[in-house]
Amino acid sequence: MTTPQTTEPAIHVQGIEKSFGELHVLRGVDLDVAPGSIFALLGSNGAGKTTLVRILSTLLKADAGTAVVHGYDVAAKPGDVRRSISLTGQFAAVDEVLTGRENLVLVARLRHLPDAGAIADDLLGRFSLTEAGGRRAGTYSGGMRRRLDIAMSLIGDPPIVFLDEPTTGLDPQARIDVWETVKELASNGTTVLLTTQYLDEAEQLADRIAILHQGTIIQNGTLAELKQLLPPAKVEYVEKQPSLEDVFLSLVGATGTEKES
Amino acid sequence: MTTHTLADTSTLTGRSLRHILRSPDTIITTAVTPIALMLLFVYVFGGAIDLGTDESYINYMLPGILLITIASGVAYTSYRLFLDLQGGIVDRFQSMPIARSSVLWAHVLTSVVANLVSVAIVVGVALLMGFRTGASFGAWLAVAGILAMFTLALTWLAVLAGLSAKTVDGASAFSYPLIFLPFISSAFVPTDTMPGPVAWFAENQPVTSVVDTIRALFAEQPVGSDIWVALAWLVGILVVGYALAVAAYRRRVG
Repeated sequence: MTTPQTTEPAIHVQGIEKSFGELHVLRGVDLDVAPGSIFALLGSNGAGKTTLVRILSTLLKADAGTAVVHGYDVAAKPGDVRRSISLTGQFAAVDEVLTGRENLVLVARLRHLPDAGAIADDLLGRFSLTEAGGRRAGTYSGGMRRRLDIAMSLIGDPPIVFLDEPTTGLDPQARIDVWETVKELASNGTTVLLTTQYLDEAEQLADRIAILHQGTIIQNGTLAELKQLLPPAKVEYVEKQPSLEDVFLSLVGATGTEKES
Repeated sequence: MTTHTLADTSTLTGRSLRHILRSPDTIITTAVTPIALMLLFVYVFGGAIDLGTDESYINYMLPGILLITIASGVAYTSYRLFLDLQGGIVDRFQSMPIARSSVLWAHVLTSVVANLVSVAIVVGVALLMGFRTGASFGAWLAVAGILAMFTLALTWLAVLAGLSAKTVDGASAFSYPLIFLPFISSAFVPTDTMPGPVAWFAENQPVTSVVDTIRALFAEQPVGSDIWVALAWLVGILVVGYALAVAAYRRRVG
């Protein structure tokens, strides 16, 4: 139960590489995430966001480099890392056969917490799922499933939360609900690393944004810093700030979409 | 961390048993095919099969039917494991501070419980159809033990199949040859009626020794050396299946 000093980053990643056969997904990723901040990892599909999150949450071993989460090396101390994190995967990993409440009780038991039922009821209330709590999770809408999924991740108050594309496939209202939850988490001191392909999501939430492209971080900074990267327009009749979308697309360039269409 | 192994395994076993309670069709489906086979063999083919003894045919073939029940039942184990891996819930469990082996053991224990329930249903139907035994409580216990071992051995093969399958269909396809194996054994007809090579195979494959042992226990006959051959086979399959499944699990989830 040692708490790292506040000057230490909550997540420290250096030179992480990962290949699947001939496919070099990560080619030396470096990043630091400050405690209590929201860090957005931005990238197109296939950029390696999920691979990095799986390495940080001990599900995958890196080929090279080091990653330290909450003061623990992911390769050397995976058990301690798991005690410090929670992972909300890309596809809401809820048990569809169990009810919402049973899902929460299951996770509380697996985290060996006393009074799993009370924890479940409290979270159902916080995530507006009290009424649906007795229904099978398989009957939930996409937004409800995602809320349940995130609620399951918060059991045991892990200091670091990984959210892998938390709003993919959600309707606008459900997205805003998730955003509110993430902001509330960070305001209570939880460190959040989220991946997204939605630029406005990063813009809305993140204290820092890193752009992962072709296996490396090509930019890393605050929103304001990233916006400065784009040279101002030459003719300035209309005052128009470049949106993050402009920044992203100009940085990624045409190569980012060459495999699409 | 190992101190939590029991607690985590029982929590996760409770979860998958609840799955079965909510879709009892998996247990019923498992029991239906063997019951249909039993009806077919007893009331259609049975009259034409000459056992060379005055033993009733249902008494003769029930052990084989029970093995078929288990062989088809374990397919659901690989199916459930495959779906858990596919749906990402195994990732969720593995990113939590739980005992690493509890995920697999929960599926294995659930498989044993579910299959023994299916077996009990089939035995119940067999009793209605005229199956009779004077077996002592100890003999029944021995039968239950052998069937539990058989389930455990096949379940680890099912776990291996569930871990390595690419599709849902692939996850359960491994059980087809297992279901077929009792037909080329002493389960339905005496092996000495088969042509040479087939008889040789039937005599020396694991199902025959298991079937003969259970049959002897039900008939209050001495089990002879069959029980040791049967146990050797079951322990062998169990050890190999377990080792391969655990290795596949390490490869899969790290």
